[in-house]
Amino acid sequence: MIRSHVMICGGTGCTASGSKTLQTTLQKALEEKGLQDEIRIVETGCFGLCALGPIMIIYPEGVFYSNVQASDIPEIVEEHLLKGRIVQRLVHTDETTEELVTSLGDTSFYKIQKRVALRNCGVINPENIDEYIAQDGYAALAKVLTTMTPEDVIQTLLDSGLRGRGGAGFPTGLKWKFARGYENEQKYVCCNADEGDPGAFMDRSVLEGDPHAVLEAMTIAGYTIGANQGYIYVRAEYPIAVKRLRIAIDQAREYGLLGNNILGTGFKFDIDLRLGAGAFVCGEETALMTSIEGNRGEPRPRPPFPAERGLFQKPSILNNVETYANIPQIILNGAEWFASMGTEKSKGTKVFALGGKIKHTGLVEVPMGTTLRQIVEEVGGGIPNGKKFKAAQTGGPSGGCIPAEHFDVPVDYEHLAALGSIVGSGGMIIMDEDNCMVDIAKFFLEFTVDESCGKCTPCRIGTRRMLEILTKITEGNGTMEDLDKLEELCVFVKENSLCGLGQTAPNPVLSTLRYFRDEYIAHIVDKRCPAGVCKSLLRFVIDPDKCKGCTACARKCPVNAITGSVKQPHVIDTAKCIKCGSCIETCKFGAISKK
Amino acid sequence: MKTLEELAQLREQMKAKMAIRTEEGKLRVVVGMATCGIAAGARPVLNTLAEEVSKENLTDKVSVSQTGCIGICQFEPVVEVFDGDSKVTYVKMNPDKAKRVVAEHLKGGKVVQEYTIGSSNV
Repeated sequence: MIRSHVMICGGTGCTASGSKTLQTTLQKALEEKGLQDEIRIVETGCFGLCALGPIMIIYPEGVFYSNVQASDIPEIVEEHLLKGRIVQRLVHTDETTEELVTSLGDTSFYKIQKRVALRNCGVINPENIDEYIAQDGYAALAKVLTTMTPEDVIQTLLDSGLRGRGGAGFPTGLKWKFARGYENEQKYVCCNADEGDPGAFMDRSVLEGDPHAVLEAMTIAGYTIGANQGYIYVRAEYPIAVKRLRIAIDQAREYGLLGNNILGTGFKFDIDLRLGAGAFVCGEETALMTSIEGNRGEPRPRPPFPAERGLFQKPSILNNVETYANIPQIILNGAEWFASMGTEKSKGTKVFALGGKIKHTGLVEVPMGTTLRQIVEEVGGGIPNGKKFKAAQTGGPSGGCIPAEHFDVPVDYEHLAALGSIVGSGGMIIMDEDNCMVDIAKFFLEFTVDESCGKCTPCRIGTRRMLEILTKITEGNGTMEDLDKLEELCVFVKENSLCGLGQTAPNPVLSTLRYFRDEYIAHIVDKRCPAGVCKSLLRFVIDPDKCKGCTACARKCPVNAITGSVKQPHVIDTAKCIKCGSCIETCKFGAISKK
Repeated sequence: MKTLEELAQLREQMKAKMAIRTEEGKLRVVVGMATCGIAAGARPVLNTLAEEVSKENLTDKVSVSQTGCIGICQFEPVVEVFDGDSKVTYVKMNPDKAKRVVAEHLKGGKVVQEYTIGSSNV
């Protein structure tokens, strides 16, 4: 008889911080104490608090332990599982309120979150279809197949206001309506799980934590548009997601929830996986379909849109993982329920992957319209080391920056677009005063230059020329004319590229130019990097008032660039200095700084 | 599985098994499992309680967990039932008594007075 469930996160984040060892150690300890028939270990998907991993939750008490190590297991077993005494030192301390919180729902990280797409992540064992069914899994599919016409489903989605979570924000109901409108005996339902933005892992976590939600929604899509085959295009770099999807598909087939005659209704639908090799451009819908067809992943011009001629030239729809994860909930709870969350034009919730200079690196889901300040300060726990918030980068290489003066912007499609950024797929990188905005723009541009497929000239050559200009500026060789050329190129690449990759590639440059032009000018005119990031522009100097002449730095310097006599202020020869920073670390008096 | 009925049936079955993971609005049954409790035989009591609660399909209404020493070691094994703010303390428990508590108190809503700490029988 099972009297306790121990949930251990098996998402990518916690797996990397050692949750697998934790699980095997716990299993062994339980067997040693003869508790294996009383206590069940449940491997779950991501809880979202990746920064505190590995994470463990013990029911029925619902106690939330963070940063659990294998060496903590004997104490947890002896004290908590055997004697029922909570191990206080492993209980998470909330940084915002400085209180010990024993329950996950009480953390400030969870308080303003609203989990719809992530509702099962961290709650169920993703490799067990029965647990998904217990959470009303496949009830939406049953409802659709037995009580709704395809038109009803489309109307429900339209009324709900659900828009594409991959970034473009196109109304999902409308997309399905178009695909339904084209007559053809063969149509396809595709799922875009080719998540490629640096620092984004929303879709990965949904697939790892709740794969059946995606399968269920795709089957509903098949019924709605009149398709009997689905494809999930997922990155091969997501091994846990791929494994769990495979298990989920097998289980669904075994239960008759995929295949011929689903739930005895005569409806037929099946899903296969296609693994992507990790090309960023394959997240673009036409390139993705080209890749599923077995060709090199390159985009093709639209129109015709996929709804008319998509995969294998047949009418197709493509939705993102998070979009699908919302759909069973909309069917079960109704369009009104979904539309009651969010803002006027952006309904529901959005998952964000919080990264960069933030305390709670991890995954959060908040109602659309939650302000950036709330996400960063309340959910994310603020900026570490007492630094100041400088900007948030949203939408990855296709997005832009939101500076501190717009910290209170409600995060939804319209408001971010007005600021020159996008919601995008949900990557959110937080930057503090130590980040150089020119360097950030250069980073994203390097990424798009790498990932450009090369099919069209504006993207292939335009982005490279832009990168060359940016490199010139960060090396201190830029001129004010370069800035004009850069802006001109941005507009040209945006207007003339074939697909979304090139059309959005200039965004990080344009938005940093818009809000942080003074930083560009400091690099060009003053030959100075205000944040102290761009190496070529740095100068290490010793403050003669603080220097005690202890000679420690001179002995440490690998290139003998520091000279001076004992008890006299030292000086750095900037011609010899390689800017390695070891003198700063060595100085006990804080006399050396970067300028 | 082929039909809607089977899906619904499986859902109910699994819901009961996973009810352990929700905490709100339940009767909370706590067994003293410190050294004194374990020595007096609290483990079989705990297991019987968990078993019976599941057998009687009470998992969505009752949670069974352990606690440390309550301080009345001479009365161990001690089982306490919390209903909101009120609490009933059963003392000198054994598996048979535990079965009766599940049937009469947790299921029937009637406190088994003779096992409580206030009773003269203990």
